[in-house]
Amino acid sequence: MKNTVEASRYRAEFVKGLWKENPVFVAVLGMCPALAVTNTAINGIAMGGATLFVLTFSSLLVSSFRKLIPKEVRITTFVIIIATFVTIVDFLLQAFMPAIHKELGAFVALIVVNCLILGRQEAFAFKNPVRLAVVDALGMSLGFSFALFCLGAIREILGNGSLFGITLFGPDFEPWIVMILPPGGFLSLGFLLLFFNWLKQRQEKKGVENGY
Amino acid sequence: MVELQQNRGSSSLRLIATLGVAGLFSGLALVAVFLFTRPLIEANQAEALRIAIFQVLPGSESYKTLELNAKKLQLLSNEKESTGPKKSNPRIYAGYSKSGDLLGFAIPGEEPGFQDKIKAIFGYDPEQRMLIGFEVLDTKETPGLGDKIIKDKYFRSSLTTLKIDPKIVAVKPGQKTAANQVETITGATISSKTVIRLLEKTIRWWLPSINKYLETQ
Repeated sequence: MKNTVEASRYRAEFVKGLWKENPVFVAVLGMCPALAVTNTAINGIAMGGATLFVLTFSSLLVSSFRKLIPKEVRITTFVIIIATFVTIVDFLLQAFMPAIHKELGAFVALIVVNCLILGRQEAFAFKNPVRLAVVDALGMSLGFSFALFCLGAIREILGNGSLFGITLFGPDFEPWIVMILPPGGFLSLGFLLLFFNWLKQRQEKKGVENGY
Repeated sequence: MVELQQNRGSSSLRLIATLGVAGLFSGLALVAVFLFTRPLIEANQAEALRIAIFQVLPGSESYKTLELNAKKLQLLSNEKESTGPKKSNPRIYAGYSKSGDLLGFAIPGEEPGFQDKIKAIFGYDPEQRMLIGFEVLDTKETPGLGDKIIKDKYFRSSLTTLKIDPKIVAVKPGQKTAANQVETITGATISSKTVIRLLEKTIRWWLPSINKYLETQ
């Protein structure tokens, strides 16, 4: 019985980041990279992967040492931990994926100030056991990566007529250049937020109708 | 009693110790990762430099590395070494056509920009005394603003037919009247002025050595 309750808690913490509390589509967090680097699907996935690495390891460390970190300096300690992992991911990208590193540019370093990461440390990892904190971080970062991939894929398909660099349409296709430019990021995000809010309202309405 | 102690908060010593330990482990982890990735990063940078040399010298099929020793440009014999980690002596690269004619020199330079140093390489044609190519090697300029020095096509194209005499000068957008002038970019004024300063300073620094080298050829 205890195991079932525990398993459902882990599942709930994992799934909430993917959908119900998606950092981009619901919480509207981490807008800077979500808008700036998502001109292609691969860039979106790369930024999502870098964020996953930083968020998961930061949550692991913060949760492990939560009883040793005094409350007064917790935010400073979080920032030291996050900045360390961001620098590590920066070095690793430079070493193993130089082309992606060049594309993402200064946004890799800017992961330090992504409010999603600092927010999860303060709201969750500092108050929960290690396994739960890691599950939460994985769910949130996968939700973030999914959102970035959606944005990147839409912009690449409409703005370039391709996905992951593979041409999808014939020579007659006229790409919407605006989609790979900054306004395209705002447009795509606006329509996706509209869609997710519509979906949420529909589900709530269904729930009321069914008497939940 | 315990509650009272908790309310009073942690002692200053504990706060300092926590941040000190966090900083120490952070430093150790970064040094370890840096040492592990450095050879790979340097190899990637050397490859990026090699590609950039051909980009700033259009039509070039090969290049030779020249190193400044005792105010004299000397040919480096080992081509493998030529784009390796930068040694103490400054280097430029002479680009040649398929038939072996000298097309120009690829000259790297750096200058402090808005955020950090902007590192770039440009091609110089000594016959026409003109810059013929420009590539940014490394920059941390503000995304969407300063990074227009990479993305602004008009700015970049103006650096590929740029006369160096009497000197390379920056002018406001729409005010270019001579071949030695470059229009700055709206929204990236500091960064574009930095690039123009980089070009002017670097070419003036190298010109005497290049001219001396050409006389001996």
